[in-house]
Amino acid sequence: MNKRRQTPDGTKGQSRRRDSGSRGRRARIVENAMRILFLIAALFAAAAVALICVFLFANGVPAMRKIGLWSFLSGRLWAPERDIYGVLPMILGSVYVTAGAILIGVPTGILSAIFLARFCPDRLHRILRPAVDLLAGIPSVVYGFFGLTVIVPGIRAIFGGSGTSMLAASIVLGIMILPTIVGVSESAIRAVPDSYYEGSLALGASHERSVFRAVVPAAKSGILSAVILGIGRAVGETMAVVMVAGNQTVMPSGITKGLRTLTANIVIEMGYAADLHREALIATGVVLFVFILLINFCFSLITRRDRT
Amino acid sequence: MDKFVIEDANLWYGSFQALKSISLNIPEREIVAFIGPSGCGKSTLLKSLNRMNDLVENVRIEGKFLLDGMNIYDKRADSNLLRRRVGMVFQKPNPFPMSVYDNIAYGPRTHGVRGKARLDDIVEKSLRDAGLWDEVSSRLKQSALGLSGGQQQRLCIARSLAVEPEVLLMDEPTSALDPISTGRIEELALSLKKCYTIVIVTHNMQQAARIADKTAFFLLGSMIEYGDTEKIFSNPSDRRTEDYITGRFG
Amino acid sequence: MNRRAESLLLRAAVWLAIGLTAGILAWIVIYILCKGVPHLTPSLFAWKYTSDNGSVTPAIVNTVTMTLLSLSLALPVGIGAAVYLSEYARHDSRTAAVLRTAAQTLSGIPSILYGLFGYLVFVITLGWSFSLFAGAVTLALMILPVILRTTEEALLSVPQSVRDASFALGAGKLRTVFRVALPSALPGILSGVILATGRVVGETAALIYTAGTVAQIPKSIMGSGRTLAVHMYALWKEGLAQDKAYATAVVLLGVSLGLNLLSDAVAKKLGKGRELRG
Repeated sequence: MNKRRQTPDGTKGQSRRRDSGSRGRRARIVENAMRILFLIAALFAAAAVALICVFLFANGVPAMRKIGLWSFLSGRLWAPERDIYGVLPMILGSVYVTAGAILIGVPTGILSAIFLARFCPDRLHRILRPAVDLLAGIPSVVYGFFGLTVIVPGIRAIFGGSGTSMLAASIVLGIMILPTIVGVSESAIRAVPDSYYEGSLALGASHERSVFRAVVPAAKSGILSAVILGIGRAVGETMAVVMVAGNQTVMPSGITKGLRTLTANIVIEMGYAADLHREALIATGVVLFVFILLINFCFSLITRRDRT
Repeated sequence: MDKFVIEDANLWYGSFQALKSISLNIPEREIVAFIGPSGCGKSTLLKSLNRMNDLVENVRIEGKFLLDGMNIYDKRADSNLLRRRVGMVFQKPNPFPMSVYDNIAYGPRTHGVRGKARLDDIVEKSLRDAGLWDEVSSRLKQSALGLSGGQQQRLCIARSLAVEPEVLLMDEPTSALDPISTGRIEELALSLKKCYTIVIVTHNMQQAARIADKTAFFLLGSMIEYGDTEKIFSNPSDRRTEDYITGRFG
Repeated sequence: MNRRAESLLLRAAVWLAIGLTAGILAWIVIYILCKGVPHLTPSLFAWKYTSDNGSVTPAIVNTVTMTLLSLSLALPVGIGAAVYLSEYARHDSRTAAVLRTAAQTLSGIPSILYGLFGYLVFVITLGWSFSLFAGAVTLALMILPVILRTTEEALLSVPQSVRDASFALGAGKLRTVFRVALPSALPGILSGVILATGRVVGETAALIYTAGTVAQIPKSIMGSGRTLAVHMYALWKEGLAQDKAYATAVVLLGVSLGLNLLSDAVAKKLGKGRELRG
């Protein structure tokens, strides 16, 4: 047996095999230890989500109970100095501002994505694509600052008032969600098989018509998930909104008037809040979290349907 | 003398039975070819010989696979040690994305060989044995991904040789190569036969006829016929074998 | 409707949209540069911050510290988890499905909620007070899903055949992971690291109440210090020094631009590797 490896010193082969045996056992122990280590790392990620959820709910829900869930959610007045906590103005604030951002960002974003995917000359694409990525990389304080020094004065000049307003926040957020929508939509459109486009051309349709009637509808679910990601980003954005929205704790009363979002509510008051006030802010976080979970749920619904 | 003895081997992927009661002996230092149409189980059987099937989910294996009389599926058997003794060359060349040198040295380093001088020797010897040394000796430090397909496949063979295996399994090693590269790999297999037992899976019947001492024909997970290559190709005893090698199906 | 008119209209719409997108970007960048570059004076980079010089140097140092700290916390966990998901977990594993959902959820949580969590848990409950460390742990949680996802994707794109080659040489799982799979996935992991760095550098909301807003370099990581983005926010909040805010914005913009270029370079390298392999 095993002639080729036999050496003049007949025992050498033997001892070598025994060596490998003990090394094999040690290797197995190390293998298993590392496997467990990797698993722990993975479980840690899951535990982090669980911890954040549990912590927010455990601290926020009692406050909701104290205030009364209904009067918390539908209360129109937020007056911490009198221990009155109604979060409806902020819920509406977040919803309105996000809706405005969608109105501004989605059409521009999707059309830009269509351009990049199907109309753009290669050389231009090499400039525009990194430009859109750069837009995604700009910190939100810089957007906020830009809004504060350019958009807010602009609104003030046109509509009067202070300029810090729902409109300003919507414009800033609309710009901020552009790269998300452009990026995700573009890859969705690019993923549509060429045969759709060619089939339409073969029927005598123009390039534009083929793209809009055959290619874009086929990328529908990808584009929809881009929009949902954009909504998620807009709802969760804090700093840029704080800087341009005015932050009044009143019911939103017009697009040129100021309002406050859920995120702004937390960041503005967390620094000095205590007791029930702090708990009410955590409860605000819970409301925000529920919004995000709903958005996530929609997203996974769409991507799952897409996969099947 | 038989290197491998396989007795009543059965293998399932989930509920699909891919190997049905297969028994055959593989003699030492000969070339044995497995032929048959796609999905006949020839590659599956090959991968059972170095337990590469262990990596597949939901696989179940029964029967005896004796290497030098020891069952390789024994509970105490170490699959890593087994794979060191039973090397494998894959269908598509699969060099690591590293330098030529590091590709060859990967195996020896895995098994604890240190020291530049020793590794240098192993690298040179393996590349020479694989007939690749003259072509790559000047570019050992360059990426193996820059070699041609045929060179990559010979590199993969050299990489297998570097751990001094006893058996070399080749899974359709030339199916991704041009005729000239194929010819070189076949020559190489014939020259390696002096030191190694070789089992080769091939789609190419001429290839089996050219290089194999023995040939086994598989169909739908069963081994239909096994014998000297000459006999299988000139005078098969089973009608299905004859149909296959004369190109009536497959 | 007239076919030609329709084509023209659609064409005009996409050109208008991209013009708007590119125009806005150009506007933001040029505006910030024009307003900010003249204020990039040597005193802006003085070692010590005073309310007179508004120096960004302490903020830059804190940003670098924060990035290194949070990456060193998030990388081992994120890469480890990704290795588990792509190399160890079975495809139909429930654990893996739960973990992927968890990571996806984690990546959707707005940074202000991380900030809230970090403030209540690390700063108050654990008593770390406002500190770089509390901020770094918070940010590590935030970038964990980024690292995890990019690493997992990079590992999944490594061909199985290369792993098989390693196993066939008698290498164990661990060696295959560390010597073959991870090195092949390195460019992808690197782009994840750059992405995460971008998030850390640009983050404000999660840091204000965890790392705090002190404008100096703290003596240790248990001290409070503001990063560049927080510094910018603080300048606005304190309502002074508009021109210094512009200058700070230039620095921030420069950092994001640099990170983007870096990630492009890595992506190109990744593409080249793929070509070679193909």
